[in-house]
Amino acid sequence: MDSYTQILKNGLWTNNQAFVALLGLCPLLAVSNTVINGLGLGIATTLTLILSNTIVSIIRHHVGNEIRLPVFVLIIASIVTAIELIMNAFFYELYLILGIFIPLIVTNCSIIGRAEAYASKNPVGASAIDGFAMGIGFTAALVILGAMREALGSGTLFSNAHLMFGETARDMTIHIISDYEGFLLAILPPGAFIGLGLIIALKNVIDKRLKEPTHQVVQLPITPKKA
Amino acid sequence: MGTNNMAESKISMIKAGLVLGLFSLVGIGLVSLTYSFTHNKIAENERIFLLKNLQELVPDSLHDNDLLADTIKISNVEAFGQGNEITIYRAKKSEELVALIATPTAPDGYNGSIKLLVAIKKNGELMGVRAVSHHETPGLGDAIDTNKSDWVFSFNGRSLSNLDSKFWRVKRDGGEFDQFTGATITPRAVVKAVLKTLQYYQANKAELTDG
Repeated sequence: MDSYTQILKNGLWTNNQAFVALLGLCPLLAVSNTVINGLGLGIATTLTLILSNTIVSIIRHHVGNEIRLPVFVLIIASIVTAIELIMNAFFYELYLILGIFIPLIVTNCSIIGRAEAYASKNPVGASAIDGFAMGIGFTAALVILGAMREALGSGTLFSNAHLMFGETARDMTIHIISDYEGFLLAILPPGAFIGLGLIIALKNVIDKRLKEPTHQVVQLPITPKKA
Repeated sequence: MGTNNMAESKISMIKAGLVLGLFSLVGIGLVSLTYSFTHNKIAENERIFLLKNLQELVPDSLHDNDLLADTIKISNVEAFGQGNEITIYRAKKSEELVALIATPTAPDGYNGSIKLLVAIKKNGELMGVRAVSHHETPGLGDAIDTNKSDWVFSFNGRSLSNLDSKFWRVKRDGGEFDQFTGATITPRAVVKAVLKTLQYYQANKAELTDG
Protein backbone atom coordinates (compact mmCIF):
# COMPACT_ATOMS: atom_id res chain seq x y z
CA MET A 1 0.00 0.00 0.00
CA ASP A 2 1.16 3.48 -0.78
CA SER A 3 1.88 5.88 2.02
CA TYR A 4 -0.49 8.83 2.26
CA THR A 5 2.21 11.31 1.30
CA GLN A 6 2.94 9.20 -1.75
CA ILE A 7 -0.78 9.32 -2.69
CA LEU A 8 -0.88 13.08 -2.21
CA LYS A 9 2.24 13.59 -4.27
CA ASN A 10 0.75 11.39 -6.98
CA GLY A 11 -2.46 13.38 -7.16
CA LEU A 12 -0.88 16.79 -7.02
CA TRP A 13 2.14 16.25 -9.20
CA THR A 14 3.36 12.89 -10.51
CA ASN A 15 0.00 11.74 -11.85
CA ASN A 16 -1.89 15.03 -11.93
CA GLN A 17 -5.13 14.23 -13.74
CA ALA A 18 -5.07 17.39 -15.83
CA PHE A 19 -1.39 17.90 -16.58
CA VAL A 20 -0.15 14.32 -16.76
CA ALA A 21 -3.10 12.01 -17.34
CA LEU A 22 -4.79 14.66 -19.50
CA LEU A 23 -8.19 13.54 -18.26
CA GLY A 24 -11.21 15.79 -17.83
CA LEU A 25 -9.99 18.23 -20.45
CA CYS A 26 -13.47 19.29 -21.54
CA PRO A 27 -14.40 20.93 -18.21
CA LEU A 28 -10.79 22.02 -17.65
CA LEU A 29 -10.61 23.98 -20.88
CA ALA A 30 -14.16 25.28 -20.82
CA VAL A 31 -14.42 26.55 -17.26
CA SER A 32 -10.90 27.83 -16.60
CA ASN A 33 -11.55 31.36 -17.87
CA THR A 34 -11.51 32.86 -14.37
CA VAL A 35 -10.05 31.77 -11.05
CA ILE A 36 -13.43 31.60 -9.33
CA ASN A 37 -15.08 29.50 -12.05
CA GLY A 38 -12.15 27.12 -11.92
CA LEU A 39 -12.24 26.95 -8.14
CA GLY A 40 -16.00 26.28 -8.13
CA LEU A 41 -15.81 23.41 -10.58
CA GLY A 42 -12.64 22.12 -8.91
CA ILE A 43 -14.31 21.88 -5.50
CA ALA A 44 -17.38 20.15 -6.96
CA THR A 45 -15.13 17.68 -8.80
CA THR A 46 -13.04 17.04 -5.68
CA LEU A 47 -16.15 16.32 -3.63
CA THR A 48 -17.36 13.90 -6.29
CA LEU A 49 -13.97 12.17 -6.39
CA ILE A 50 -13.76 11.72 -2.61
CA LEU A 51 -17.30 10.37 -2.35
CA SER A 52 -17.12 8.11 -5.39
CA ASN A 53 -13.71 6.70 -4.41
CA THR A 54 -14.92 6.05 -0.84
CA ILE A 55 -18.12 4.33 -1.88
CA VAL A 56 -16.46 2.29 -4.62
CA SER A 57 -13.83 1.16 -2.14
CA ILE A 58 -16.46 0.15 0.45
CA ILE A 59 -18.35 -2.02 -2.01
CA ARG A 60 -15.34 -3.35 -3.90
CA HIS A 61 -15.67 -6.91 -2.53
CA HIS A 62 -19.42 -7.14 -3.06
CA VAL A 63 -19.68 -6.23 -6.70
CA GLY A 64 -18.90 -8.85 -9.32
CA ASN A 65 -16.35 -8.12 -11.99
CA GLU A 66 -18.91 -8.16 -14.82
CA ILE A 67 -21.10 -5.41 -13.42
CA ARG A 68 -18.52 -3.22 -11.72
CA LEU A 69 -18.48 -0.53 -14.41
CA PRO A 70 -22.28 -0.02 -14.56
CA VAL A 71 -22.31 0.10 -10.76
CA PHE A 72 -19.52 2.72 -10.71
CA VAL A 73 -21.41 4.79 -13.29
CA LEU A 74 -24.58 4.57 -11.19
CA ILE A 75 -22.75 5.68 -8.07
CA ILE A 76 -20.98 8.58 -9.78
CA ALA A 77 -24.15 9.76 -11.54
CA SER A 78 -26.12 9.73 -8.28
CA ILE A 79 -23.41 11.66 -6.42
CA VAL A 80 -23.11 14.28 -9.15
CA THR A 81 -26.87 14.76 -9.35
CA ALA A 82 -27.01 15.25 -5.60
CA ILE A 83 -24.12 17.76 -5.73
CA GLU A 84 -25.82 19.60 -8.58
CA LEU A 85 -29.00 19.95 -6.53
CA ILE A 86 -27.06 21.15 -3.50
CA MET A 87 -25.17 23.76 -5.55
CA ASN A 88 -28.40 24.88 -7.16
CA ALA A 89 -29.84 25.37 -3.69
CA PHE A 90 -26.92 27.06 -1.93
CA PHE A 91 -24.66 28.60 -4.60
CA TYR A 92 -27.31 29.61 -7.10
CA GLU A 93 -25.40 32.27 -9.03
CA LEU A 94 -22.26 30.19 -9.30
CA TYR A 95 -24.47 27.33 -10.40
CA LEU A 96 -25.86 29.53 -13.17
CA ILE A 97 -22.34 30.30 -14.40
CA LEU A 98 -20.98 26.77 -14.22
CA GLY A 99 -24.25 25.59 -15.75
CA ILE A 100 -23.88 22.53 -17.90
CA PHE A 101 -20.45 21.68 -16.50
CA ILE A 102 -21.80 20.48 -13.17
CA PRO A 103 -23.82 17.59 -14.64
CA LEU A 104 -20.91 17.02 -17.01
CA ILE A 105 -18.69 16.11 -14.04
CA VAL A 106 -20.22 12.66 -14.61
CA THR A 107 -18.32 12.43 -17.86
CA ASN A 108 -15.02 13.56 -16.38
CA CYS A 109 -12.98 10.44 -17.14
CA SER A 110 -10.70 10.99 -14.19
CA ILE A 111 -13.54 10.07 -11.82
CA ILE A 112 -14.36 6.66 -13.24
CA GLY A 113 -10.65 6.35 -13.96
CA ARG A 114 -9.77 6.62 -10.25
CA ALA A 115 -12.69 4.37 -9.27
CA GLU A 116 -11.44 1.65 -11.59
CA ALA A 117 -7.68 2.09 -11.28
CA TYR A 118 -7.44 2.82 -7.57
CA ALA A 119 -10.55 2.66 -5.39
CA SER A 120 -11.66 -0.77 -6.60
CA LYS A 121 -8.34 -2.26 -5.48
CA ASN A 122 -7.48 -0.32 -2.32
CA PRO A 123 -8.82 0.13 1.22
CA VAL A 124 -11.29 2.89 2.07
CA GLY A 125 -8.91 5.32 3.77
CA ALA A 126 -6.34 5.27 0.99
CA SER A 127 -9.08 5.57 -1.63
CA ALA A 128 -10.62 8.60 0.03
CA ILE A 129 -7.18 10.23 0.24
CA ASP A 130 -6.56 9.36 -3.39
CA GLY A 131 -9.86 11.00 -4.38
CA PHE A 132 -8.92 14.07 -2.35
CA ALA A 133 -5.42 14.27 -3.82
CA MET A 134 -6.60 13.81 -7.40
CA GLY A 135 -9.36 16.35 -6.85
CA ILE A 136 -7.01 18.93 -5.38
CA GLY A 137 -4.57 18.32 -8.21
CA PHE A 138 -7.35 18.91 -10.72
CA THR A 139 -8.54 22.00 -8.82
CA ALA A 140 -5.00 23.37 -8.78
CA ALA A 141 -4.83 22.89 -12.54
CA LEU A 142 -8.13 24.71 -13.00
CA VAL A 143 -7.08 27.56 -10.73
CA ILE A 144 -3.61 27.99 -12.25
CA LEU A 145 -4.97 27.96 -15.79
CA GLY A 146 -7.84 30.19 -14.68
CA ALA A 147 -5.48 32.71 -13.09
CA MET A 148 -3.33 32.77 -16.20
CA ARG A 149 -6.27 33.31 -18.53
CA GLU A 150 -8.05 35.80 -16.30
CA ALA A 151 -4.94 37.90 -15.71
CA LEU A 152 -4.03 37.95 -19.39
CA GLY A 153 -7.55 38.13 -20.74
CA SER A 154 -9.25 40.64 -18.49
CA GLY A 155 -6.45 42.00 -16.30
CA THR A 156 -8.13 40.88 -13.08
CA LEU A 157 -7.91 38.06 -10.54
CA PHE A 158 -10.71 36.70 -8.35
CA SER A 159 -13.44 38.60 -10.16
CA ASN A 160 -16.94 37.44 -9.17
CA ALA A 161 -15.57 36.11 -5.87
CA HIS A 162 -18.85 37.09 -4.23
CA LEU A 163 -20.58 34.27 -6.09
CA MET A 164 -18.72 31.83 -3.92
CA PHE A 165 -17.80 33.65 -0.72
CA GLY A 166 -20.76 35.98 -0.32
CA GLU A 167 -21.15 39.72 -0.62
CA THR A 168 -18.17 40.53 1.60
CA ALA A 169 -15.87 39.05 -1.02
CA ARG A 170 -16.84 41.61 -3.66
CA ASP A 171 -13.68 43.56 -2.85
CA MET A 172 -11.46 40.53 -3.34
CA THR A 173 -11.15 41.28 -7.03
CA ILE A 174 -7.62 42.33 -7.86
CA HIS A 175 -7.21 44.64 -10.80
CA ILE A 176 -3.70 43.97 -11.96
CA ILE A 177 -3.76 46.69 -14.56
CA SER A 178 -6.40 49.39 -14.46
CA ASP A 179 -8.16 50.22 -17.73
CA TYR A 180 -6.88 47.02 -19.24
CA GLU A 181 -8.21 46.55 -22.75
CA GLY A 182 -8.36 42.78 -22.45
CA PHE A 183 -6.68 40.10 -24.48
CA LEU A 184 -9.51 38.13 -25.99
CA LEU A 185 -7.49 35.12 -27.11
CA ALA A 186 -6.74 34.21 -23.51
CA ILE A 187 -10.43 34.01 -22.61
CA LEU A 188 -11.52 32.13 -25.72
CA PRO A 189 -11.04 28.35 -26.09
CA PRO A 190 -7.76 28.59 -28.05
CA GLY A 191 -6.28 30.46 -25.09
CA ALA A 192 -7.16 27.50 -22.91
CA PHE A 193 -5.33 25.08 -25.18
CA ILE A 194 -2.26 27.30 -25.49
CA GLY A 195 -2.22 27.95 -21.74
CA LEU A 196 -2.53 24.27 -20.92
CA GLY A 197 0.27 23.48 -23.35
CA LEU A 198 2.56 26.04 -21.77
CA ILE A 199 1.85 24.76 -18.25
CA ILE A 200 2.50 21.15 -19.26
CA ALA A 201 5.75 22.23 -20.93
CA LEU A 202 6.79 24.08 -17.77
CA LYS A 203 5.97 21.04 -15.64
CA ASN A 204 8.06 18.82 -17.91
CA VAL A 205 10.99 21.21 -17.65
CA ILE A 206 10.76 21.17 -13.85
CA ASP A 207 10.49 17.36 -13.83
CA LYS A 208 13.56 17.10 -16.02
CA ARG A 209 15.54 19.41 -13.75
CA LEU A 210 14.50 17.36 -10.72
CA LYS A 211 15.51 14.13 -12.36
CA GLU A 212 19.02 15.31 -13.12
CA PRO A 213 21.45 14.35 -10.41
CA THR A 214 22.08 17.18 -8.03
CA HIS A 215 24.84 19.28 -9.37
CA GLN A 216 28.10 18.50 -7.77
CA VAL A 217 31.30 20.18 -8.40
CA VAL A 218 33.27 17.53 -10.10
CA GLN A 219 36.71 18.17 -11.24
CA LEU A 220 36.98 16.84 -14.68
CA PRO A 221 40.39 16.25 -16.02
CA ILE A 222 40.89 18.96 -18.49
CA THR A 223 43.21 18.48 -21.27
CA PRO A 224 44.26 21.88 -22.39
CA LYS A 225 43.76 22.41 -26.02
CA LYS A 226 46.80 22.99 -27.97
CA ALA A 227 46.66 26.01 -30.09
CA MET B 1 -20.91 -31.23 -15.23
CA GLY B 2 -22.06 -29.02 -18.08
CA THR B 3 -25.53 -28.50 -16.61
CA ASN B 4 -23.94 -27.68 -13.29
CA ASN B 5 -21.83 -24.95 -14.89
CA MET B 6 -24.84 -23.53 -16.66
CA ALA B 7 -26.85 -23.46 -13.45
CA GLU B 8 -23.97 -21.73 -11.72
CA SER B 9 -23.62 -19.09 -14.38
CA LYS B 10 -27.37 -18.58 -14.30
CA ILE B 11 -27.21 -17.99 -10.56
CA SER B 12 -24.31 -15.55 -10.90
CA MET B 13 -26.19 -13.69 -13.62
CA ILE B 14 -29.24 -13.32 -11.44
CA LYS B 15 -27.05 -12.25 -8.54
CA ALA B 16 -25.35 -9.62 -10.71
CA GLY B 17 -28.74 -8.34 -11.84
CA LEU B 18 -29.93 -8.09 -8.26
CA VAL B 19 -26.81 -6.20 -7.19
CA LEU B 20 -27.25 -3.80 -10.09
CA GLY B 21 -30.91 -3.33 -9.17
CA LEU B 22 -29.99 -2.71 -5.55
CA PHE B 23 -27.52 0.00 -6.51
CA SER B 24 -30.07 1.63 -8.79
CA LEU B 25 -32.45 1.78 -5.83
CA VAL B 26 -29.76 3.24 -3.56
CA GLY B 27 -28.91 5.83 -6.23
CA ILE B 28 -32.55 6.80 -6.69
CA GLY B 29 -32.91 7.03 -2.92
CA LEU B 30 -29.90 9.34 -2.59
CA VAL B 31 -31.08 11.65 -5.35
CA SER B 32 -34.68 11.74 -4.08
CA LEU B 33 -33.51 12.50 -0.57
CA THR B 34 -31.33 15.39 -1.78
CA TYR B 35 -34.16 16.63 -3.96
CA SER B 36 -36.62 16.67 -1.07
CA PHE B 37 -34.16 18.69 1.01
CA THR B 38 -33.33 21.19 -1.70
CA HIS B 39 -36.30 21.69 -4.02
CA ASN B 40 -37.96 24.37 -1.90
CA LYS B 41 -34.73 26.30 -1.67
CA ILE B 42 -34.13 25.96 -5.42
CA ALA B 43 -37.62 27.20 -6.28
CA GLU B 44 -37.06 30.11 -3.91
CA ASN B 45 -33.70 30.92 -5.55
CA GLU B 46 -35.24 30.97 -8.99
CA ARG B 47 -38.06 33.19 -7.78
CA ILE B 48 -35.70 35.67 -6.12
CA PHE B 49 -33.44 35.74 -9.15
CA LEU B 50 -36.33 36.45 -11.51
CA LEU B 51 -37.79 39.04 -9.19
CA LYS B 52 -34.41 40.80 -8.92
CA ASN B 53 -34.22 41.02 -12.70
CA LEU B 54 -37.77 42.30 -12.99
CA GLN B 55 -37.23 44.90 -10.26
CA GLU B 56 -34.22 46.25 -12.09
CA LEU B 57 -36.49 47.14 -14.99
CA VAL B 58 -39.58 48.21 -13.08
CA PRO B 59 -38.50 49.45 -9.66
CA ASP B 60 -40.69 48.77 -6.64
CA SER B 61 -41.59 52.45 -6.33
CA LEU B 62 -43.57 52.30 -9.57
CA HIS B 63 -45.89 49.47 -8.70
CA ASP B 64 -47.60 47.93 -5.71
CA ASN B 65 -48.63 44.50 -6.95
CA ASP B 66 -46.79 41.19 -6.84
CA LEU B 67 -45.08 41.01 -10.23
CA LEU B 68 -44.83 37.26 -10.15
CA ALA B 69 -48.53 36.83 -9.41
CA ASP B 70 -49.99 38.94 -12.21
CA THR B 71 -48.89 37.25 -15.39
CA ILE B 72 -50.23 36.40 -18.81
CA LYS B 73 -48.95 33.42 -20.70
CA ILE B 74 -49.09 33.47 -24.45
CA SER B 75 -47.99 30.75 -26.79
CA ASN B 76 -47.81 30.06 -30.50
CA VAL B 77 -47.38 33.69 -31.39
CA GLU B 78 -45.41 34.10 -34.58
CA ALA B 79 -43.46 37.09 -33.31
CA PHE B 80 -41.97 35.02 -30.47
CA GLY B 81 -41.32 31.86 -32.43
CA GLN B 82 -43.76 29.01 -32.83
CA GLY B 83 -44.19 26.77 -29.82
CA ASN B 84 -42.50 29.12 -27.38
CA GLU B 85 -44.51 30.03 -24.36
CA ILE B 86 -43.93 33.62 -23.34
CA THR B 87 -44.69 34.96 -19.91
CA ILE B 88 -45.71 38.59 -19.56
CA TYR B 89 -45.44 40.14 -16.12
CA ARG B 90 -47.67 43.09 -15.37
CA ALA B 91 -46.79 45.93 -13.01
CA LYS B 92 -49.74 47.83 -11.58
CA LYS B 93 -50.19 50.70 -9.17
CA SER B 94 -53.57 50.94 -7.46
CA GLU B 95 -54.99 48.42 -9.95
CA GLU B 96 -53.84 50.68 -12.78
CA LEU B 97 -51.46 49.10 -15.31
CA VAL B 98 -48.06 50.81 -15.32
CA ALA B 99 -45.87 48.56 -17.41
CA LEU B 100 -45.46 45.12 -18.89
CA ILE B 101 -42.38 42.95 -18.89
CA ALA B 102 -42.23 40.43 -21.71
CA THR B 103 -39.78 37.55 -21.91
CA PRO B 104 -38.97 37.07 -25.58
CA THR B 105 -36.12 34.98 -26.88
CA ALA B 106 -33.93 36.12 -29.74
CA PRO B 107 -33.39 32.83 -31.59
CA ASP B 108 -30.61 34.07 -33.85
CA GLY B 109 -27.74 35.00 -31.55
CA TYR B 110 -24.18 34.12 -32.55
CA ASN B 111 -24.19 31.15 -30.18
CA GLY B 112 -27.80 30.06 -29.94
CA SER B 113 -30.71 31.91 -28.45
CA ILE B 114 -30.60 34.98 -26.22
CA LYS B 115 -33.24 35.23 -23.51
CA LEU B 116 -34.42 38.77 -22.93
CA LEU B 117 -36.57 40.78 -20.60
CA VAL B 118 -38.29 43.70 -22.30
CA ALA B 119 -40.12 46.23 -20.15
CA ILE B 120 -42.70 48.39 -21.93
CA LYS B 121 -44.55 51.31 -20.40
CA LYS B 122 -48.27 51.45 -20.94
CA ASN B 123 -47.81 54.09 -23.64
CA GLY B 124 -45.55 51.78 -25.63
CA GLU B 125 -42.24 53.33 -24.56
CA LEU B 126 -39.41 50.99 -23.59
CA MET B 127 -38.41 51.13 -19.92
CA GLY B 128 -35.48 48.86 -20.43
CA VAL B 129 -34.12 45.69 -21.93
CA ARG B 130 -31.95 43.04 -20.25
CA ALA B 131 -30.28 39.91 -21.53
CA VAL B 132 -31.00 37.23 -18.95
CA SER B 133 -29.16 34.30 -20.45
CA HIS B 134 -27.03 33.90 -23.53
CA HIS B 135 -23.90 32.19 -24.82
CA GLU B 136 -22.42 35.03 -26.83
CA THR B 137 -18.68 35.30 -27.28
CA PRO B 138 -16.97 36.72 -24.17
CA GLY B 139 -15.36 40.04 -24.97
CA LEU B 140 -17.34 40.55 -28.17
CA GLY B 141 -21.04 39.66 -28.15
CA ASP B 142 -21.39 39.72 -24.39
CA ALA B 143 -21.43 43.53 -24.47
CA ILE B 144 -25.21 43.08 -24.21
CA ASP B 145 -24.63 42.43 -20.49
CA THR B 146 -24.98 45.52 -18.31
CA ASN B 147 -21.73 44.82 -16.49
CA LYS B 148 -19.81 44.73 -19.78
CA SER B 149 -21.19 47.77 -21.58
CA ASP B 150 -24.02 50.29 -21.55
CA TRP B 151 -25.35 49.13 -24.89
CA VAL B 152 -28.75 47.78 -23.74
CA PHE B 153 -29.52 51.14 -22.16
CA SER B 154 -29.72 52.61 -25.68
CA PHE B 155 -33.22 51.09 -25.85
CA ASN B 156 -34.49 53.12 -22.93
CA GLY B 157 -37.18 55.59 -23.93
CA ARG B 158 -37.45 54.27 -27.47
CA SER B 159 -40.85 53.43 -28.88
CA LEU B 160 -42.41 52.70 -32.23
CA SER B 161 -43.76 56.25 -32.32
CA ASN B 162 -40.44 58.01 -31.71
CA LEU B 163 -38.40 55.69 -33.91
CA ASP B 164 -39.77 54.38 -37.17
CA SER B 165 -39.64 50.60 -37.40
CA LYS B 166 -37.30 50.75 -40.39
CA PHE B 167 -34.64 52.28 -38.13
CA TRP B 168 -34.88 49.43 -35.64
CA ARG B 169 -31.65 47.94 -36.93
CA VAL B 170 -27.98 48.19 -36.17
CA LYS B 171 -26.11 51.05 -37.82
CA ARG B 172 -24.40 48.79 -40.32
CA ASP B 173 -27.86 47.86 -41.66
CA GLY B 174 -28.87 51.51 -41.85
CA GLY B 175 -30.55 51.63 -38.45
CA GLU B 176 -30.21 53.55 -35.23
CA PHE B 177 -28.45 51.13 -32.90
CA ASP B 178 -24.71 50.67 -32.49
CA GLN B 179 -23.16 47.34 -33.30
CA PHE B 180 -20.11 46.10 -31.43
CA THR B 181 -16.64 45.99 -32.88
CA GLY B 182 -16.32 42.48 -34.23
CA ALA B 183 -19.84 41.45 -33.33
CA THR B 184 -22.82 42.53 -35.38
CA ILE B 185 -24.89 39.36 -35.18
CA THR B 186 -25.58 39.63 -31.45
CA PRO B 187 -26.95 43.22 -31.38
CA ARG B 188 -28.82 42.56 -34.62
CA ALA B 189 -30.61 39.62 -33.01
CA VAL B 190 -31.45 41.62 -29.88
CA VAL B 191 -32.76 44.65 -31.79
CA LYS B 192 -34.93 42.38 -33.93
CA ALA B 193 -36.41 40.61 -30.91
CA VAL B 194 -37.14 43.90 -29.12
CA LEU B 195 -38.79 45.33 -32.22
CA LYS B 196 -41.00 42.25 -32.59
CA THR B 197 -42.02 42.52 -28.96
CA LEU B 198 -42.98 46.17 -29.37
CA GLN B 199 -44.95 45.41 -32.50
CA TYR B 200 -46.74 42.59 -30.73
CA TYR B 201 -47.57 44.92 -27.87
CA GLN B 202 -48.94 47.55 -30.23
CA ALA B 203 -51.10 45.04 -32.08
CA ASN B 204 -52.47 43.39 -28.94
CA LYS B 205 -52.47 46.33 -26.56
CA ALA B 206 -56.14 46.01 -25.69
CA GLU B 207 -55.91 42.39 -24.52
CA LEU B 208 -52.56 42.81 -22.77
CA THR B 209 -53.50 45.86 -20.75
CA ASP B 210 -56.98 44.65 -19.97
CA GLY B 211 -57.90 43.43 -16.49
